[in-house]
Amino acid sequence: MLSVIYAIMFYLATLILIVGVTRKIWIYAKTPAPLKIPTMPAPMTKGGVVFRMLREVFLFESLFKSNKWIWIFAYLFHFGMLLVLLRHLRYFTKDVWWWVEIVQPFGIYAGFAMAIGLVGLWARRFLVERIRYISNPSDHLMLALLLGIAASGLAMKFVSHTDIIAVKVYMLGLLTFQIGTLPTHPALLIHLGLVIILMIIFPISKLLHGVGIFFSPTRNQVDDSRKKRHIAPWAKKLEDEG
Amino acid sequence: MVELDISHKKHNPKFVGDPLEIPKLACGAMADLQTYAAHPQHNEDIGFPPELIDNWKEVAIAKIGELAKKNRAFQVYLDTCVKCGACTDKCHYFLGTGDPKNMPVARQDLLRSVYRRYYTFAGKYFPWLVGARDLTKEVLEEWYTYYHQCSQCRRCSVFCPYGIDTAEISMAAREILNSVGKGQKYCNEIIAKAEKIGNNLGLNPKALRATLEDLEEDLEEETGIPIRLPLDEKGADILLITPSADFFAEPHIEGLLGYAKVFHQAGVSWTISSYASEAANFGMFIGSYENMRELSLRIKKAAKDLGVKRIIFGECGHAWRVAYSFLNTLAGPFDFLDQNYPIPQHIMEFTHDMIQKGDLKFDKSKNDEYRLTFHDSCNVARGSNMGDIPGGQFEFPREVIKACCNYYYDMERDTIKESTLCCGGGGGLLTDELMDLRTKGASPRMTALQQVTEDHGVSHMVAICAICKTQFSKIMPKFGYEMDSILSVHQLVSNAIILDKPKTDNADNDAVKKDSEAEANNE
Repeated sequence: MLSVIYAIMFYLATLILIVGVTRKIWIYAKTPAPLKIPTMPAPMTKGGVVFRMLREVFLFESLFKSNKWIWIFAYLFHFGMLLVLLRHLRYFTKDVWWWVEIVQPFGIYAGFAMAIGLVGLWARRFLVERIRYISNPSDHLMLALLLGIAASGLAMKFVSHTDIIAVKVYMLGLLTFQIGTLPTHPALLIHLGLVIILMIIFPISKLLHGVGIFFSPTRNQVDDSRKKRHIAPWAKKLEDEG
Repeated sequence: MVELDISHKKHNPKFVGDPLEIPKLACGAMADLQTYAAHPQHNEDIGFPPELIDNWKEVAIAKIGELAKKNRAFQVYLDTCVKCGACTDKCHYFLGTGDPKNMPVARQDLLRSVYRRYYTFAGKYFPWLVGARDLTKEVLEEWYTYYHQCSQCRRCSVFCPYGIDTAEISMAAREILNSVGKGQKYCNEIIAKAEKIGNNLGLNPKALRATLEDLEEDLEEETGIPIRLPLDEKGADILLITPSADFFAEPHIEGLLGYAKVFHQAGVSWTISSYASEAANFGMFIGSYENMRELSLRIKKAAKDLGVKRIIFGECGHAWRVAYSFLNTLAGPFDFLDQNYPIPQHIMEFTHDMIQKGDLKFDKSKNDEYRLTFHDSCNVARGSNMGDIPGGQFEFPREVIKACCNYYYDMERDTIKESTLCCGGGGGLLTDELMDLRTKGASPRMTALQQVTEDHGVSHMVAICAICKTQFSKIMPKFGYEMDSILSVHQLVSNAIILDKPKTDNADNDAVKKDSEAEANNE
């Protein structure tokens, strides 16, 4: 019974995540940027813009310039999570890819980095007056959710093991639309339940920042306005009307 | 040579605070400071309802949706903010006032909260969870108050991990306010004037001609050379578009005289246009593409009518952003101009180019009475460029300044270049009723200035923006400086430039005679 409920939830969450994010990407992509507004100094070539974007995404360059505390916690969290996610690929492929094997030892401890980062970010929401002021309940809940995922995951690794082989069989089954038996380990059920919630709220929450960054005109535009005319379709229409 | 006494530093060390010191939150500190509402006529003149319309709520909400469809920045920035807090200590108005609603993210949230309420799932069904709120009269008033406490300087956008630019939100907010009939007096009156008469001052062609003729006389008296300030001269090579403040305000005029001397020395033919006698484009301040476009088209028309080959902009901050980044979009293509020059070009690029070629000579000692620093104007620094490498907007003015003075010192790195602090008066806030905000907003910059005054005896600050110049001449006396402690870059050029004496031919005889008379008198 539980196995079926989780299976249905997983399918539903995946659908919402994919459809929701695709829809948002579609909206961002088709919304025109009427003016050239890169935050200067900006790269003057497309290659330069790609490099700027890579620095933003992989180094959090602007955040580093801005606030070292937020940067270090955000970095621990995001890259901890990245390693953890890569490590988790082993539960979705029959034969574990070689590079996932390489990530494995780092991935285990990256869970702690992720949790430390989250705790740091959350602490700032209470301790720093300015950030307390701008925090909404959802900002706290989001951190609680992520921390719950990290903590339940770490608990399964370091406190009370679940039958991970059975979990893998169940997951591989879902990929081929066969619903197997999910172990009823409490930490596992909490872990997966929270992940499902995260997937569902991703497209309707601030988690969209992971997509939004790529569409941010101040970061993805080339400084070439004197050389190349940039015009939005609705503005062109305005022109044709005279 | 004037030596400033900076020895007091040793004997009497005075602690100058950190310009970026973060204040304690002072909730509501600036809640009562509202800028004057526009005259109904001015709202109408520029295409908005004269007064607050009855169905303002529906129209405002619809406008949010419309802007989200028309402007990717607006849509993405409303969605992506994670409230990390990186921007919270980056706004000079927050640093100066402590009012939390002057923190960039909180300023955005004034609008984001309403967007969420009407346009997002979470805000529609769980408003309390995500801080979504209904659009009420109080919210509208709050928008009017706090979106007129943002100078659209973009400092926050440098530091946001997603590049969220509060200027974009603030421009959009002002457009929404305008669309329901809540325009601001200062901006709308000026836009109406510029669209009718050609400049922000409402200076008619006759008055402009008289002003320029007076200035020509002054120039000839000073230099003994007939340096021209041509108006509406067809067939000139260069059209100069400069802020109208350059025609009447100090130290702006000194800059204008500097451009004239540079053009004279370069031997180029140039002209000012009475039809497009304004560089500043206040359409940007209210986020109105249509008004920005209309003002830009005046420049294009003037260039065509006068048959010029090039367009050069004078020292003006937001104007240069619109010119550099938007003009080609708004009024392009400029295929009728000489494509060998940047379109448009900044006077700093022109002068810099001449210096590089060795065509300008300076007597640096003429500026020895000053110990100088440069204030990067926000919209030049973060909204434009000069030359053809990133960062030219920082280097060109510094190189020009250093070419014509002996004493130059930069302020603290965190307060200049891309991190520069706004003067406190930009973005449509340069109006008397906002003086309290302007003073407080200028305090981080003034503290950074006081540091270099302490450390290097800096006595004067140089800027390339008409708003900065006006703002500082008002504000600096409140911080212990003289009102003329703010200078134009081309004022320094004007002081130090060595002009060739005109060759003796018939036309110039008079000038030479006057010149030698002047010299004789000096001896």
